[in-house]
Amino acid sequence: MTEFSTLSIKETITSLKNKDFSVSELVDFHISSMENGRELNAFITETADIARKKASDCDQNYSKGEEKPLEGIPLGIKDMFCTKGVKTTASSKMLENFVPPYESTVTQNLWNDGAILLGKLNNDEFAMGSSNETSFFGEVKNPWKNNKDNFTVPGGSSGGSAASVAAGMGLASLGTDTGGSIRQPASFTGTVGLKPTYGRCSRWGIIAFASSLDQAGPITKTVKDCALLLNSICSYDPKDSTSSQKKIPDFEKSTDESIKGMKIGIPKEYEADGISEDITEYLEKGKEWLTESGAEIVEISLPHIKYALPCYYIIAPAEASSNLARYDGVKFTHRVDADNIIDMYEETRSQGFGDEVKRRIMIGTYVLSSGYYDAYYLKAQKVRAMISKDFKEAFTKVDVIYGPSTPSTAFELGDKKKDPLEMYLNDVFTVPVNLAGLPAMSVPVGLDKEKLPVGMQLIGNSFDEESILSIASCIEKSAKFDLNPNKWWINE
Amino acid sequence: MTIDSKLVERIAKLSRISLTETEIKNLSSELDNILNWIEQLSELDTEGINPVFSSFDEEETKYRNDKINDGGYREDIISNAPLSEDGFFLVPKVVD
Repeated sequence: MTEFSTLSIKETITSLKNKDFSVSELVDFHISSMENGRELNAFITETADIARKKASDCDQNYSKGEEKPLEGIPLGIKDMFCTKGVKTTASSKMLENFVPPYESTVTQNLWNDGAILLGKLNNDEFAMGSSNETSFFGEVKNPWKNNKDNFTVPGGSSGGSAASVAAGMGLASLGTDTGGSIRQPASFTGTVGLKPTYGRCSRWGIIAFASSLDQAGPITKTVKDCALLLNSICSYDPKDSTSSQKKIPDFEKSTDESIKGMKIGIPKEYEADGISEDITEYLEKGKEWLTESGAEIVEISLPHIKYALPCYYIIAPAEASSNLARYDGVKFTHRVDADNIIDMYEETRSQGFGDEVKRRIMIGTYVLSSGYYDAYYLKAQKVRAMISKDFKEAFTKVDVIYGPSTPSTAFELGDKKKDPLEMYLNDVFTVPVNLAGLPAMSVPVGLDKEKLPVGMQLIGNSFDEESILSIASCIEKSAKFDLNPNKWWINE
Repeated sequence: MTIDSKLVERIAKLSRISLTETEIKNLSSELDNILNWIEQLSELDTEGINPVFSSFDEEETKYRNDKINDGGYREDIISNAPLSEDGFFLVPKVVD
């Protein structure tokens, strides 16, 4: 019996071409992994029937030698992507029964390349959260328990996307990243997660949270797999006015490039207090790996970086309050009946949204309201300009910026749930990148003292995913991280 | 700046969300905390800085031809409505 769960996408494709096993066997394996992993609560909707049906088509394509680049690869998709005819909830009661009549551009790109939908993945409600505890469908458990044998969070908002890949349910997944929602969960689960440059991937058909920050991206086991998915999902889309027309390179090629002579910037602000000892240790180890491979470490400064988080917590809620105005009980499934239309709106939104979503809508409404707009919203957009300028200047000196993905490794379930502000602080290293629209990724480097994965972040210049993929590949080879959590969720 | 329950009620009204007494109480202290933390931005001198509303800066954004190239899915769209009739969304009476 083939040990499907340890294979990467790259290896799986080679095996499928060699007829070592069929797509149907592969898909059956992943369906049973998904079913055996229900304890993790990573999936909201399982699409085993769709997957089995498509698998037999894929097998035919292989036998005819007409296979497409991702033919037969089973993937989980975050429940923020509209999938035609398959329930898409944003993990909210508001969209509990929403069945989109259309497919998002990025998922359509994957299906066009032969990939198979395994199921829709849990996330924080409307992608608002950093622990996957705000989902209407319940929290997701991280496959990695800590050394006290306690449950930890998988991070968020793409918690289901990260947990499923770490647990071997599907070969990879798609997530969305507005302030770190791909990179933070990837780092908490020992997976690879990449947020492309704003505009690389179409946002069409992704349920909107903060439109000037949202981007889709892959969560995978390896850096090469990440590049393979990127090759598929990136495209110019006339249906998204902020979709880029820039040429899309072959990202897989970048993962084999030498990093000799590349300049790696370490922001001195990132070496501040508040990072756990283990993470600092890996930060140093990373510098050694990169130097050994011929890269040069350069100290840089991002002087306004400490203002990124408060700036984000004006801009993201402001955009969210506007985007979520559409959930009014008229068009999308959930409605609370009332005698007049205003009461219907207010009761529908009161019952349909969870606490964190309400909190953000309220913050957003407040900072956009008459009399406060200049002091908050406009001020934040000016600070955003200063942060973008910091990055621009840094990239005149270096090719890639290297630092931690998160200030700590995965925390225990329930640990930060009571204090929203403490939860927000988790995104301190990831948020600046979204404000500046840059590409960034998290790569697993090892385990900390609690036996939990540590991820390091690589930030690239605008539309230079290639450099971060080359560096990530080098770190991956040096770190030799073993994505192999103890499978406690399987009852024999 | 302090966020009291009166202000929370006003924001809730603008947000079209009805809140319980407990929610108003919790949100007053939570929003107060969050906005006080956000207040640190005022330390920064932003005089003369042009605001950036999006990091997307490609100049050649294409305009499509002013022609209908999509549509005709009324039934598909209506199918997610909680209440509909004859291809229309149904809402409570809005005019007397």
